[in-house]
Amino acid sequence: MKLLIIFSLICLGISLLASREKTMMGIKKGLTMFIRLLPTLLLMLALVSIVLFLIPRETLTKYMGEGSGIAGWITAATFGSIALIPGYIAYPLCGILVKSGVTYQVIAVFITTLMMTGFLTLPVEAKFFGWKVSIIRNILSLAGALIIGLIMGVFL
Amino acid sequence: MKQFKKYIFPLAFLILVGLSYLFDFAAGEKIGLNFWMFFKEMILFLPLMFILIGLFDVWVPRERIEKHIGKESGWKGTGIVMLLATLHAGPLYGTFPFAYILWKKGCSIRNIFIYLGTFSAIKIPMITFEIGFLGLKFSLLRTLITLPVFILIGYLMEWYLKNKDFEVKQP
Repeated sequence: MKLLIIFSLICLGISLLASREKTMMGIKKGLTMFIRLLPTLLLMLALVSIVLFLIPRETLTKYMGEGSGIAGWITAATFGSIALIPGYIAYPLCGILVKSGVTYQVIAVFITTLMMTGFLTLPVEAKFFGWKVSIIRNILSLAGALIIGLIMGVFL
Repeated sequence: MKQFKKYIFPLAFLILVGLSYLFDFAAGEKIGLNFWMFFKEMILFLPLMFILIGLFDVWVPRERIEKHIGKESGWKGTGIVMLLATLHAGPLYGTFPFAYILWKKGCSIRNIFIYLGTFSAIKIPMITFEIGFLGLKFSLLRTLITLPVFILIGYLMEWYLKNKDFEVKQP
């Protein structure tokens, strides 16, 4: 985290040296985005605070933590496939989940399905690729996510 | 007004937490403590990340790379679509219209699905988020494992669709 802050500041410095104008534009763009997302972020934090209070740590680790096995992956894949959460919100959420005892493999499955499979957006996808191809792509992606979780498990 | 509406729920939440502290409501206090722990960790870090995204947006001309997409198949075409995919940060359904553009420009089936896959594996504007919240080791591993899996899916889709009348439509 600290290294990342230093990295960001270095980037900011280089950018400032290269062009003041462009840097100001970039800062403005970024902060506008941040302010637009702030209410959603606060809402997410509020909901997570409540949910993590209601679900005791033991329950969370039982279903998504160490030794949860297949159950954890299925839970993660289900949530990931249904939810529509932008990365800006998803990564902070995953950070909290890891600290609450969810394993990294489960998080990997969640992130991959979140980005690659979308059951709710299937009707939109079908308009571009057709139903059959969309469904096949989603199923393959789901399988891919589980494989990624499996391999992550070997390394972590 | 519209901005204010979006804050109604967070505000209501904060008021309830405040009341809990006032009346010694243990559950509310606990929830408030949770919230504060998460909040203070993010509030310093997030604006900086968004500034980085803004800078990235200003300095990297996405349009110029998009011009290079053509009929190149093989690794060069794959490389270009993968590079492009990493520059997008939005949701998956935001990539479908772009898949259509790729298709119109003569991009192969495989590269279209590799584009979608790469999009999920690496998002350059999101890298700081992933490393910041989940660590460097996790981020690197996830990216390195995800890429080959989704390239493989691209090949599978091409193999399956090769002799069928597949096309990407514009809705």
